[in-house]
Amino acid sequence: MSSPVTHHAVHAAPKGFLRRYIFSTDHKVIGKQYYLLALFSVFVGMLLSVLMRYHMIYPDAKVSWFEKLWPTGAAGGIMTPELYLSLMTMHGTIMVFFVLTTAPQSGFGNYFLPLQIGAEDMAFPVINMLSFWTTFAALVVLLAAFFVPGGAPLSGWTAYPPLSAVGEIAGPGQGTGQTLWILSIALFCAASLMGAINFIATTIDLRAKGMTLMRMPLTCWAWFVTAILSLLGFAVLLAAGILLLLDRTAGTSFFLPAGLVVNDQILNHKGGSPLLWQHLFWFFGHPEVYIAILPGMGLTSTVLSVFARKPIFGYRAMVYAILAIGFLGFLVWGHHMFVSGMNPYTGIAFSVLTMAIGVPSAIKTFNWIGTLWGARIRFTTPMLFALGFVSLFVTGGISGIFLGQPALDLYLHDTYFVVGHFHMIMGVAAIFGIFAGTYYWFPKMYGRMMNETLGKIHFYLTFIGVYAIFTPMHFVGVAGNPRRYPNFKEFEFLGELLPVHTFMTHAAFFTAAAQLIFLFNFFWSMKKGAKAPVNPWEATTLEWTVPSPPPHDNFGGRLPEVYRGAYEYSVPGAEKDYLMQNEPAVAVKE
Amino acid sequence: MPLAFIVWAFAIVIVYVFLARLWWFPPPINQHGIIYDQHFLSTLLVTGVIFFLAQLALGYVIVRYRDRGQRAVYSHGNNKLEVLWTSAAAVLFIGAVLASTRVYAGVHLGRPPENALRVEVLGKQFAWSFRYPGPDGKFGRTDIKLINDAGGNPFGLDDTDPAARDDIVTSALRVPVGTPVRLTLKSRDVIHNFFVRELRLKQDLVPGMEIPLVFQADKTGVYEIPCSELCGLGHHQMRSTLEVLTAEEFRRWEQAQVEQLRQLQQP
Ligand code: HEM
Ligand SMILES: [Cu+2]
Ligand SMILES: [Cu+2]
Repeated sequence: MSSPVTHHAVHAAPKGFLRRYIFSTDHKVIGKQYYLLALFSVFVGMLLSVLMRYHMIYPDAKVSWFEKLWPTGAAGGIMTPELYLSLMTMHGTIMVFFVLTTAPQSGFGNYFLPLQIGAEDMAFPVINMLSFWTTFAALVVLLAAFFVPGGAPLSGWTAYPPLSAVGEIAGPGQGTGQTLWILSIALFCAASLMGAINFIATTIDLRAKGMTLMRMPLTCWAWFVTAILSLLGFAVLLAAGILLLLDRTAGTSFFLPAGLVVNDQILNHKGGSPLLWQHLFWFFGHPEVYIAILPGMGLTSTVLSVFARKPIFGYRAMVYAILAIGFLGFLVWGHHMFVSGMNPYTGIAFSVLTMAIGVPSAIKTFNWIGTLWGARIRFTTPMLFALGFVSLFVTGGISGIFLGQPALDLYLHDTYFVVGHFHMIMGVAAIFGIFAGTYYWFPKMYGRMMNETLGKIHFYLTFIGVYAIFTPMHFVGVAGNPRRYPNFKEFEFLGELLPVHTFMTHAAFFTAAAQLIFLFNFFWSMKKGAKAPVNPWEATTLEWTVPSPPPHDNFGGRLPEVYRGAYEYSVPGAEKDYLMQNEPAVAVKE
Repeated sequence: MPLAFIVWAFAIVIVYVFLARLWWFPPPINQHGIIYDQHFLSTLLVTGVIFFLAQLALGYVIVRYRDRGQRAVYSHGNNKLEVLWTSAAAVLFIGAVLASTRVYAGVHLGRPPENALRVEVLGKQFAWSFRYPGPDGKFGRTDIKLINDAGGNPFGLDDTDPAARDDIVTSALRVPVGTPVRLTLKSRDVIHNFFVRELRLKQDLVPGMEIPLVFQADKTGVYEIPCSELCGLGHHQMRSTLEVLTAEEFRRWEQAQVEQLRQLQQP
């Protein structure tokens, strides 16, 4: 495929503070805005998770500031089960949408897609700005749910009806709180759709001369396919959200069947199906986990190759694997519904497709190991996080082989085994991708290096910490521990598992505390870090050809021309051990 | 470098915990549970080996290929290897799922035996109720307008229907040992989930649906039923028990219930 030349109008750097830093249309500013939004969110989400873990092992503890924060939910300083569930709902929602969807794709993608393909900006800069501010509004609306009567919703990030559809009678938080949740998600969907269009158009239209698809860094492939997943997935979630809103407010019955008696009240609905929501939700929800992880995979591939000083092993296989994951990702949503009452034959079909999607994931792992084989590894902080990503991805992937089999899911569904699984693969693996990206790209984004010593300490503590939190979840899951339980007082068999929960809670405190090192490093380095050179990691892709940070129009008005693929390291006969993508053919000594 | 040892240490600990079964399933009480455990074990074995080898390899390359001044190999990959591991993964994954389909089909695709004891299971925020058809073998008419939890009528049994008058309603599930049981799962408000660990069975109760679930418990005892689908603020308290009685105990219990109902209904 030939590379279209950009017809993009050159825009000069705007003057005023507002246009420059707040309502900016510069993809780099927007990328940073997204990143900082995600950073704020991840700390809120983490704080909530720590409170949850605390409540699980000390359900009756009196903590005076709980009451200050939640006068009804924690009256007298004792957290109620409904408060636990609302923290859980907000934790999951914040993490999935405002962290994992936001940082790797909208944050890094926005900043680095144009730079890596040699463009001056995204295809639609104004839509880009709109999409950020819509995401911002979505976050504000979501957090507002904490402050309305009844508090935040308690139906989980999956919001299954009827619980999410019948209003306050189903529980505190199910009134205004749940409505705000739906509005927030709807806004988020709209923002993601705008973002997706932008990524797709940019990738297709704005590649520099010579940047063929098969020369793109794997990060760009990942962002591109992720954008396609977003476009198809969020469109469906948006529609589903609107239907749910109608059921709640307009008396429709999309998800509500006849004969409901909730809290002694007979409801006047008929003809709807709770399973319909699950189908629509997971049609989005499964691709969503790939939306969260694909950019991390792309980045891990790149970082491994850079610091292994070796070409990526099986570039083509990697591209095909991303495409296969993207395609199959839309055919496996039913694996979340094996015990939902769905037709068992459907379950079997979904399970075969689910196992099929395991294949490209395995391919990626093999190729990562292949990339490292015969390498010359530089253990920088981004590299450590990328290696950690591989380890976590393997661990999380293995438990997926259990859950993908409906037979085994007959027991494991909705136990802590699932919580362990998705935290490993979608949660922390993706977070490791974000950390790798942060340490790797920070110099380009802020013009200064992050502190390596602090970075390494942060890595080791976090790596040990997340294994310590999430591995034991598999163990209690095998023992049958249900998820979404605020405490374990009512069941004999759960009492026996309490020591494990106590361990996990302490591991969570430890890991959360370790994140303060990162926070400090991040803001300290922004002001005080060593000045970053143009190409501190000796990497080959185009963002490392421009100053750190890049000028407003990225390439100073002269778009680069690309001569080779993104992973030319240790080329025999070359002078240096890496060849930039835009270096014209060099004399290679045979 | 230290990373390699940490990765190995975690791999060893995880494998050890699973092998030593420090935390494990309770012993199964039915045939399906036995097959389930076998299938779980074989999956664990295969994936455990893959897990261990993968983490081992990761640690190995970290140690072996750390920067010691060597030159990295210039290689873009190896198509033979790609084909090899792609097909190996495909065979393994698809093989596992096909093998497990038997276990799943045994639960959901079999015909319930004619002589199965029929019990209706009703979930509501946040309690379980169970209904037996009584001596006439028929579930009587219900009407949601008659639902009265405090009055002991969570199903809304309609007393004007003779078939309803002898229906036994309880808050624990009692079944005779060694007898097939056919549950019909229903919910009247939100989604709940019926889970008995010892049976290795889990099934949602969905409002508007009647979902069958067949099992046969072969060991007497009392087993906990934790609701396993988020249903609201009392989800973690939604507990009942499965009591597997000997045939004789069950008969006596059923008789006592029938007798009690009769007395209650005397004018
Ligand atoms: C310090 C790290 C974290 C800890 C200690 C933690 C802990 C927890 C806990 C205790 C639950 C509730 C389990 C339950 O009651 O069923 C939970 C749920 C969840 N977490 Fe995390 N988590 C952490 C990080 C993350 C990250 C990085 C993600 C990103 C994907 C994430 C996503 C979720 C989701 C989606 C849920 C499900 C919420 C629901 O059931 O609706 N968590 N987490
Ligand atoms: Cu899925
Ligand atoms: Cu429940």
